[in-house]
Order: sequence, then structure tokens, then C-alpha cells
Amino acid sequence: MSNLNKMKNIIIEKALKLDCGKEISNYPLAYETYGNLNEKKDNAILIFHALTGDQYASGINPITKKEGWWNYAVGPGKSFDTDRFFVICANVIGGCMGSYGPGTIDPLTNKPIGTNFPVITINDMVNAQYNLLDYLKIEKLFAVAGGSMGGMQVLQFVSNFPNKARVALPIACTASHSAQNIAFNELGRQAIMSDSNWKEGLYDEKSINPDKGLAVARMAAHITYLSKQGLQEKFGRKLQERSDLKFGFDADFQIESYLRYQGSVFVDRFDANSYLYITRAMDYFDLTKQYGGNLSKAFKDTKTKFFIISFTSDWLYPTSENKDIVIALNAIGADVGFVEIKTDKGHDSFLLDVPDFLSTIKNYLNTTYSNINERRI
Amino acid sequence: MKEEFKVISKFIEEKSRVLDVGCGDGILMEYLLKNKVVDVRGLEISKEKVKKCLSKGLAVIEGDAENDLKQFPDLSFDYVILSQTLQAFMSPENVIDNLLRVGKKVIVTIPNFGYWKVRLDLLLKGEMPVTKNLPYQWYNTPNLHMCTIQDFYNFCNNKSVNIYKSISLNGEKISNITTSNLKYKNLISELGIFLLEK
Repeated sequence: MSNLNKMKNIIIEKALKLDCGKEISNYPLAYETYGNLNEKKDNAILIFHALTGDQYASGINPITKKEGWWNYAVGPGKSFDTDRFFVICANVIGGCMGSYGPGTIDPLTNKPIGTNFPVITINDMVNAQYNLLDYLKIEKLFAVAGGSMGGMQVLQFVSNFPNKARVALPIACTASHSAQNIAFNELGRQAIMSDSNWKEGLYDEKSINPDKGLAVARMAAHITYLSKQGLQEKFGRKLQERSDLKFGFDADFQIESYLRYQGSVFVDRFDANSYLYITRAMDYFDLTKQYGGNLSKAFKDTKTKFFIISFTSDWLYPTSENKDIVIALNAIGADVGFVEIKTDKGHDSFLLDVPDFLSTIKNYLNTTYSNINERRI
Repeated sequence: MKEEFKVISKFIEEKSRVLDVGCGDGILMEYLLKNKVVDVRGLEISKEKVKKCLSKGLAVIEGDAENDLKQFPDLSFDYVILSQTLQAFMSPENVIDNLLRVGKKVIVTIPNFGYWKVRLDLLLKGEMPVTKNLPYQWYNTPNLHMCTIQDFYNFCNNKSVNIYKSISLNGEKISNITTSNLKYKNLISELGIFLLEK
């Protein structure tokens, strides 16, 4: 992990009062940037990552050596065109890619903080990341964007910091985590906590980890990111390197083998405790309740242009929940665009090569940026 | 630029808030933005057209007028525009009611089924009319509720909706419709454009 040393990070000295009541200060926040901030400092876009993402949105992730999680969307000439925009992405607090999280070493014990880490919320994540804008001396963002949990952070950000961003792109998300969402997250957490290596969260990352539990959590979650039709078309009942059923419990079917593989590679890059903390933050997310049952109040007096996107085959954060955000914005006359993109790739669509989705964002951002600049002249 | 859009944009006062219901590719929205500096929103049912609008940075939401007008508060727009789509709704009456609820003023355009060429098709050929503005066959038309300019006048009268202005469009010819020339305009107009108020 020598690459960890090359990671960009800031130590945030300013105290942050968390929703749980605890206070943190002098904590690290790891981030990455793509493209250049222009002289007017009006071309910055803050991108928020989803549950298992990190700051490496574009290019090759230097730690995992794999493509950045939003490589389809972020880069030169892409939807978030880094030839034009300055893209910033930070690892959320609670995460495991350099930001303050349960894997951070406690200097007093020289061991990972583990479950002594405070329970954090989407609100806490956003408030921590706000410090990055002060550090980078960015007065006003051109845009904030993100899918899934990233979308929730977008909503929280614009409600916490009104008019700090000209454009907001919440994608495939919700303003209030549903019972079904919570149920799936709980399934994942139970898988981790049932692993005897979890040890109440006080395992030592360097030796034995609750890998089996984390892999099962990932397998279950992975199913929720895909659509039934997508799975059927890709795998159907195809068998895995065999001509017939083996009458045992090995991976007979390709889908089994695929899920096992997804689980096994995930544990190499993700910390089980981070998985617990971040899923908990998602479950606690209820912006509607935060504003007394009226979501519109979260966006009161907003001048931000919203563009909300959902996907036809996303059953985890369905169109209806995305539309609730549109309705709340229309109720207060906010500037809002909305489209449901047709795709069979499920919730994962926002991370994949879905040309309609990628081109619409690109055109929307480029045109809006030009329009804003023209009006200023 | 369609003549119809020119007429519509003349109805609209500067710096008003406008909702274009069934905004299509957003041509009218762009025209209004360029010429009147208005705040324009759009509602459109076709995904392809919504994507085109959003690509142009327009504030358009995907949805249909029969279900999605509900979300807009009372009198939240100065003008609501409905261009040549009234006849395609399951319940045009409900849509008009909602337009009048959401908009302080409502602009509706209708393809006129009373146009002489339409009447002639039915009278002489005994066939359902197919014209430039009504290019469909009876078995594939999206138009469920065709009406004439006269019908629309009667409808507004029955509902106590005020027609502030009404314009006849015949090719590129624009003229006013009045109660005294209504019968004649109903015969020679391809389109009727109305400015309504509750």
C-alpha cells in the first residue's frame, strides 16, 4: 500500500459536530481532482461517490489498479469533461480509501478505530467534504453530482449550502431511504457481523478480516444493482464450465460463479466496518423527515438548476422515488429537469456505458455552462 | 419558426413564467427564452424529445399532462401553453381544468376540424379527413377528441372560461376571430389559437 503515501489528503482541523452528538476534529479527508480550475474558478464540479466508491472517479485507480468507478462519465471529452471542468471527488468519512473511517489507526492504541468509530450520516459526510471547497478556495461550484448514495449527498449538499452550486445532478437516488433499501442493507450487515472474524468490529485489518461475511454482503447487494431482465439475458441458466449439473453445491451456474467472483474481489478493496458504517448512513437518510415532512422546504429559495435522472430498470431507487424529488422541486417553482433513461442495466446503469445517459449529461452540462457564461457577459 | 409560435409568443408578456405542456423538442421554449427573457419550463411525454430538450439545457421534465400537471401549485405560472395536443388526451376537460388551475392565463391551440377541407373530405368522399394538420388515418390517429373552433367556443362558454383573444391561422395568414365572424373563421381556419382565463 505504498501508493497510500501519494494520496491527496487534507487534515481538517475545524471541529465537526456529528449528528450522533460526537465531535471530530483533526481528521483526514482524502480526495482526487481531474482537469484544471480556471482563472475565474467557475468550472469546478464536486462529485460524490456511492456506497463502495472512492475518490478515484476517473482513469486508473492507483490503489486497485482498476478503472475509476465513474470512468465512463468523467474524463477528457466525457460527460464531465475534464478538458473543460475541474472535477473534485473525495472519499467519504467512514470510508476506507484514506479518509477518516473505522480503519483509521487510533494513535493511542496503534490499532484501527473499528466500531469505536462514531455512527455517521449523509449530512456528516457532506459537511466534512465542504471543507475541501474552502481548502481549494472555491467560492461557488458549477455543479454537484452523484448517483445512488452520491445522489443523496447531492440533495443534502444543496439543502445545507443553498446556492453554493449552480447545477445539481442527483441520479438514481431517493430523498428518503425506503424499508426495502434498509432491509437489503441490514442483510449485508448481518452477513458481516455473523462472520466470526468480525470480532465485534475490533479485527485487525492487517491479519484476519471478516472476508466471508463481507463477500456475502457484496453478493446480496450486487443482485439489487442489476435488473431481472439484465441477469436473465447475461446469464440465464447457463452452466459454469461444465456440461451438466453436478448435484452438489459448487457453482454450477454462471450467475453463482459471477457473484462469488464479485464477492471475492470486493474484499480486497473494501473494509467490512466501513461497509457497516456507510450502509447505516444511507439508512438514516431521510431528507423529507429532516424538513418536517415537507421535502420542498429542503430546497427553499434555491436558485440551483436541478437535473434528475432515473432508470427504467432500477428497482432499488425506482423512478417513483426520483420523481418525488421532482415533485417537491416543482412545488416551489425550482428550475428542474427530469428524464427516465430506458435501460435494462438496473440501478448500476449510472456507472455503466449507457450512451443516452452519458450524452444527455454531457450536453446538459456543456450547454448550461455556456449559457451561464454568456449571460454574465 | 412556425407561425403558430409567433402568435403564441406575442400573447406572452415579457419576464413572465411559462409552462409549455407538450413542449416537444423545445423549439418554442428556446424562441421564448431568446426573445422575451422568460422563465420557461416544459413537460413532455416522449423520452427522446425530453433528452433533446435537456441536452439544450432546458428545464423540461418527462411526464404526461393528464397525470403530472397535478404537481404544479395553483397559479404557479403566468402562462401555460398547450399547443395542438388537447385532442390527444383521454379527458381534455380535466386537462383544461388543470391548465387553468396552474396558469394565470392559458394558451391553447387546436387543429380545426371545422376547416373546409376537412368538411369536404367527409361530405364528398365520405372518408375520415386526412389533411396537413391531421395527417393520420382513423385507425392510427392519436387524436381521440377532435373539435372545431365553434366547439371550443361553446365548450369555453359552458365552462365560463373567458376567451381573451382568439386567432385564426390559415397557412401563413393570421386573423382575429370575433363572435361576428366565428362561423366564417370556423370554415377557413386550419388552426385556432386561444388565450384563456378562468
